[in-house]
Amino acid sequence: MSNEKIKAELEKYEAAVAKVVAKNPERAHLPEQRLYTPLDIKGVEAYTDEIGFPGEYPFTRGVQPTMYRGRFWTMRMYAGFSTAKASNERYRYLIANGGTGLSCAFDLPTQIGYDSDDPISEGEVGKVGVAIDSLADMEVLFDQIDLGKVSTSMTINAPASVLLSMYIAVAEEQGVPADQLRGTIQNDILKEYAARGTYIFPPKPSMRIITNIFEYCSKNVPKWNTISISGYHIREAGSTASQEIAFTIADGIAYVDAAIKAGMDVDDFAGRLSFFWNAHNNVLEEVAKFRASRRVWAKVMKERFGAKKPKSMMLRVHTQTAGSMLTAQQPNNNIIRVALQTAAAVMGGTQSLHTNSRDEALALPTQESVTIALRTQQIVANESGLADVIDPLAGSYYVEAMTDRIEKEAWDYIKKIDELGGAVAAIEKGYIQKEIQDSAYKWQMDVENKRRIIVGVNEYTMEEEPPKGLLKVDASVGVEQCKKLADLKAGKPINKMTKGRDNEAVKAALAELKDACKNEKENLMPHILKAVKTYATLGEICNVMREVFGLYEAHVSL
Amino acid sequence: MDKIKVLVAKPGLDGHDRGAKVVARALRDAGFEVVYTGLRQTPEQIAEAAMQEDVNVVAMSILSGAHPHLFPKVVNLVREKGMKDTLIIGGGVIPEGDIPALKEAGIAEVFTPGTPTTAIVDFIKANVK
Repeated sequence: MSNEKIKAELEKYEAAVAKVVAKNPERAHLPEQRLYTPLDIKGVEAYTDEIGFPGEYPFTRGVQPTMYRGRFWTMRMYAGFSTAKASNERYRYLIANGGTGLSCAFDLPTQIGYDSDDPISEGEVGKVGVAIDSLADMEVLFDQIDLGKVSTSMTINAPASVLLSMYIAVAEEQGVPADQLRGTIQNDILKEYAARGTYIFPPKPSMRIITNIFEYCSKNVPKWNTISISGYHIREAGSTASQEIAFTIADGIAYVDAAIKAGMDVDDFAGRLSFFWNAHNNVLEEVAKFRASRRVWAKVMKERFGAKKPKSMMLRVHTQTAGSMLTAQQPNNNIIRVALQTAAAVMGGTQSLHTNSRDEALALPTQESVTIALRTQQIVANESGLADVIDPLAGSYYVEAMTDRIEKEAWDYIKKIDELGGAVAAIEKGYIQKEIQDSAYKWQMDVENKRRIIVGVNEYTMEEEPPKGLLKVDASVGVEQCKKLADLKAGKPINKMTKGRDNEAVKAALAELKDACKNEKENLMPHILKAVKTYATLGEICNVMREVFGLYEAHVSL
Repeated sequence: MDKIKVLVAKPGLDGHDRGAKVVARALRDAGFEVVYTGLRQTPEQIAEAAMQEDVNVVAMSILSGAHPHLFPKVVNLVREKGMKDTLIIGGGVIPEGDIPALKEAGIAEVFTPGTPTTAIVDFIKANVK
């Protein structure tokens, strides 16, 4: 059938619809276009260039040739709270119940490089994640977990080099060499400045540390994903789908630029870059977003950076369902939201997935809630059929048109950010933050004006009993952690240590690290690893780095 | 009274400020004068800013669970500075069960997820002195 014929028929249809709508208006606040046809997508002649085949450039249909027909995505539940011991129990529970990868949540002092006994940590120890002060805590965190078998993702950014070093050291104690380790550190400082807030150092030394990690891992920890360039938090902060991938890919461009400037060959590190997307409520838009993001990144790597290896062009992605879309009202409804978001991530072709629990708008999740969230993934994987055919929505007029639309919007933003001098400059100017804030405010106003309905929040509300059985982190965690730290710093043996730490060795290692920080040509990783092995604390190590590098001054705007 | 002046503050180490910024903007759109502290403020810094800016309202947001420790501390420091009438409110991911103790400590109202910004505006208008 020719386009002319479709066009003629479409006009007839639209004329008929106009009459119907005049009599019975459609619902308010809908997207303008009600129907998609072959006229909205590129013709078959564009197929091989723009859509192609799974595992092949431009990877629109997925990064692996067989996708979930080979094996399901990694079911990786983000967890961590209280002490290393409590978190270790949760990890072992998740593995015993079919979780296939670990994902560590650290508390805020850990994420910002402070020890639990620092005055600034008061009230925060063990709250949003597990408290890690030294290698001693890390040993407990992975007790009875074989680091040669499991893959571990760590949500750690500014002090990623320190936590990765601790992980390498624990593995060594277990007899697992670094080149066998699999996992990911988030290590994405730019989105911390723009959206998440756990920054420490200014951009320049931060980019140096990140580049040091790329370089160190390419030689010593080759199976490790050295960064998870994250749109998740940008979306959580309020961005749109297009902004999520655009700002994140702009960050990715900045990291690749920095590594190339430091003298690395793009194909030596690009294959270990990974991404992190949000699975939001609008199922089809999310699927289109995943597809568009792979195409944009592939083109960036091939055309802009001249990557040669296909692996360097693949956008491999971890996904988490949207925490900000969970409601405190009627929390069981969140199970359904998460199921739909899971479907979106799977149809979008994610490599791993965390599903949120129903009670997370209220508190950290209970074990029962986490189990439901994990089972949600297992149901989608095994029962829904969504994992049986690769990229099942390809060819949908709507999804293909939306994939093209999101790609175009992303390119427009990337161009704008290039004009501002790249992602670092755009963040320093507050541009990216402002765009996100504007979208967040619009969303909130749409909810308040009922242009957007959230079930249980602004429609279908009801009187509810306050929820029972929420998980509570005891305030004694802070006390316990501080006591352990005092013993460690006093040179007393803790955990399974046969003797206490050698404070002279700690001092020497920290002095060596300080010198290395001052020498821009020096890779910091070996020095950090050495300090970690003396049981120098996270705070001690980060304080040395703070002394040399200074602190980031945030751009505050409304 | 003159234009109501509000300090929107993020105590503690929590970096989630979508809510704080949305509320700040809504308060501004409602005709209030709004100052936002930015992230990672100690209770001392917040109390100091409240005094320097001579605000009528301190509105804090915490999503990290540190509210039982930090909210009361801010109230005490603000009162110690002689600001007896300053209205102090809080919001964020705050379990229902924690609210009575926070109110006991002097937090006038606690706004939890799903609250329309208009409810915060109305509360301030009705309760500011």
